[in-house]
Amino acid sequence: MNSFHFIDRRKNPKGKSLGNRQRFLKRAKAQIKDAVNKSLRDRSMKEIDKGEKITIPSKSTAEPRFSHDREAGEREAVHPGNKEFSAGDRIKKPPKGAGRGKGKEASDSGEGEDSFQFTLTQDEFLDIFFEDLELPNLVKRSLKEIKSYAYKRAGLTVAGSPTNMNLVRTMRNAHGRRLALKRPSTKEINELKERLFELEKIASPTEEEIAEKKAVLEKLEGMEKRRRFTPFIDPLDLRYNAYEPTPVETTAAVMFCLMDVSGSMGEREKDLAKRFYMLLYLFLKRRYERVEVVFIRHTHHAEEVDEETFFYSRQSGGTVVSTALEKMLEVQRERFPAHEWNIYVAQASDGFTQSGDAKRCVEMLDEDVMPVSQYYAYIEILDERELEVFSDADSGAELWRAYRTFAPKWPNFAQTRIARPQDIFPVFRELFARDKQEAA
Amino acid sequence: MSAASETLPLIYNEADWDFDSLKRAYDAIEDIALNDLGLDVYANQIEIISSEQMLDAYSSHGMPLMYRHWSFGKHFARDQINYQKGWSGLAYEIVINSNPCIAYLMEENTMTMQALVMAHACFGHNHFFKNNYLFRQWTDADGILPYLDFAKKYISKCEDEYGFEEVESVLDAAHALMDQGVFRYNRPPRLSDADRLARIAARIKHEETNFNDIWRTLPNSEEPDDEKEERQQEVKNIQLPEENLLYFIEKASPVLRPWQREIVRIVRNIGQYFYPQKQTKVMNEGCATFVHHYIMNELYNRGQISEGAIMEFLHSHSSVVFQPEFDDPRYSGINPYALGFAMMEDIKRICEDPKEEDREWFPDIAGSNDWRGVLKDAWENFRDESFILQYLSPTVMRHFRMFAIEDDSEESHVEIEAIHDDRGFRRVRQALADMYNLGMHEPNIQVVGADLDGDRTLQLRHMVHRGRTLNEKTSAAVLTHIETLWGYEVTLDEQDA
Repeated sequence: MNSFHFIDRRKNPKGKSLGNRQRFLKRAKAQIKDAVNKSLRDRSMKEIDKGEKITIPSKSTAEPRFSHDREAGEREAVHPGNKEFSAGDRIKKPPKGAGRGKGKEASDSGEGEDSFQFTLTQDEFLDIFFEDLELPNLVKRSLKEIKSYAYKRAGLTVAGSPTNMNLVRTMRNAHGRRLALKRPSTKEINELKERLFELEKIASPTEEEIAEKKAVLEKLEGMEKRRRFTPFIDPLDLRYNAYEPTPVETTAAVMFCLMDVSGSMGEREKDLAKRFYMLLYLFLKRRYERVEVVFIRHTHHAEEVDEETFFYSRQSGGTVVSTALEKMLEVQRERFPAHEWNIYVAQASDGFTQSGDAKRCVEMLDEDVMPVSQYYAYIEILDERELEVFSDADSGAELWRAYRTFAPKWPNFAQTRIARPQDIFPVFRELFARDKQEAA
Repeated sequence: MSAASETLPLIYNEADWDFDSLKRAYDAIEDIALNDLGLDVYANQIEIISSEQMLDAYSSHGMPLMYRHWSFGKHFARDQINYQKGWSGLAYEIVINSNPCIAYLMEENTMTMQALVMAHACFGHNHFFKNNYLFRQWTDADGILPYLDFAKKYISKCEDEYGFEEVESVLDAAHALMDQGVFRYNRPPRLSDADRLARIAARIKHEETNFNDIWRTLPNSEEPDDEKEERQQEVKNIQLPEENLLYFIEKASPVLRPWQREIVRIVRNIGQYFYPQKQTKVMNEGCATFVHHYIMNELYNRGQISEGAIMEFLHSHSSVVFQPEFDDPRYSGINPYALGFAMMEDIKRICEDPKEEDREWFPDIAGSNDWRGVLKDAWENFRDESFILQYLSPTVMRHFRMFAIEDDSEESHVEIEAIHDDRGFRRVRQALADMYNLGMHEPNIQVVGADLDGDRTLQLRHMVHRGRTLNEKTSAAVLTHIETLWGYEVTLDEQDA
């Protein structure tokens, strides 16, 4: 009988080949990045944080081996399934390149130029997507990004360093133990000793006194012995204060989405704005442990709403952009103090506002909003036709022109124009390029 | 074998398996395998794994331990998508030529499949690994797992020490030469050369204790003199032409540092370990398929598995040995399971119930009745090429309706050379055997010169067989890899053999 045994490996840690995968992704990085960028332009924003099936040319990951040229030389082969052939038959070959073998085999031998398809996980996809993007001013609060820990009291432990010893608890334990084990107290011993001393002082002790002395001596000895066995403080009694590192949330960001929802903003404009917001949101989500989003919509008056309302409900009215800024500041002061939160603001508009309001917006931005914000992005959503008209950065709607004059003061203020979904990604990159100068 | 006079109780009755029924099935299978078939196997270690783990194992040559390399990640990604899309199923099992013989069983398998797989892998393949002369001569079943463990650790150490990119470029280059990194005729040195491993360990330890960062900037200063001398002596002993390119480069490359030589050696050893498997696909799968087919039927005859189970088994078995015909869109060459199984079943038939034709073709075995002995002898002493040449019978050729074609790239027509008729049997058999002769299918490339004292050019020559020249594109890519390892110019010419 041979020995054998079963081993159940199903519970073994998964992802044994993760290391290989990382090496593979690194290897094909350039191609994967191209593929990701390309797919981003076409996919809808809702799917952005899903994994992505991508196809890369297999050239970069070819594994070449020496192989014969399929088109040269003579070869023999045996095949099954003869139907009407007899020895000596001659069969015309198909024209070159047509119907020769299956594509599958070519990629294995490394000679095929065909592409290689596989799926990126969400994390891998986003990592590649966000690569070499960096939020401006990050340096300023970049320390906050690193998880910081504070030590918090977490009860008592039986082991620790002497500095953390909890004296009260230790002594209380020792006391209880001494009581329980009936350790003779110093007072009792001293009393006996005094008595013994008195007895010894007697020059000629009586029979009784001798017996008492003996008894006292014995008792004393027993007590001493007992004391030796039950020490005053035993290692058992020791208690230490325990401290546990707990992460302190300094890595929070809040993102204010401001949008004009007046009649002039149609579905198309909102959709474009939404895509931009989503991208920003995802980006922040990668950077910060906690990201809050505040949606503020405005017509001639502004209100904070939930996401659904923000994007899908319609409202009519005039357009006063400054109301949104007021609302934003109000919410920020109330709930998101600047020393605890990284504040990002993204504003989308078609560029029209009540005359004179643009000036007020600039004042508010300059005095109140910019000093507390990490970053302020203004995107103006245009028609494609308009984009051609406004190809010059200096001309534009009222808000655009007003922002133009003030923008140079604040390096963390950016404004840009979007007309098509395809524009978003390049614009996003430009806005958040690691080095703004370089990108410009 | 035994008539169903005495029937035993069913070993399982449910479609789902559990460890108790696995154990009962294993015992029943083992009884038939050892006492009836008389197989000789390594101890079995059976591991139950999930489909993801199966994919893992797939991507790294089916080995439980493997060093890290991007190409395994690539294979994993490809297999994973094929599997998820349903374009390809997963194997029901993977079995490793080691001692103990490790077999992976997929948890998704039904109980009948588990029984089939145990018979197939734990007894069929296992017997073949333990007894076939190629495996006995060329692989070391005891040493492979420790060796892979060493390889994995060594390479990851190198990555820490010298960086991913450095290690990757050596591995890439060595992988490109894996097919040209085997000894085909003389026996290779043993895998787990205990001395050598101990020396490496000692060297690593020495380096660690004498670590000095400054020294790291000095190139190529680590090879101890005695080892260098030994290596150079080995280089002198190499008789050119040498067909094992990896071996030659490992020993003689003027630029490789000791750790790089070790990595090349690891790749070469692993290639060598798999070489017998490449030469015995038909036999190995045929043996395992024959064994599982016999055992499952025998279990049924003994009453140990139910009607339902044997029907399920037959369904799986017939898809395993399915052979599409050449004009079928599913056709992708001859199915080794089908050919091997058909040949072995036919050997059994020839032994038990020969026809006149069989007596003429196989006078030694026809009617001998000892099919167990004949098969065991075949499993032990043949590889695909010689097995086909020896045992492919007219019955099997007729059954497959085989025909041989000649395809000359200069001609506009292919010619049918021979078909499954009396005039053609021998021709077809020879042609089929040649298809399994690796020497004829892998390009034969040799080192013909290395000017070690001069400009250090490495000269390679492709021995062209029947006008089959090399594919220029892949050759150029491989040459770049060789230059990485060799460090100097490498030339390649082609010459008619």
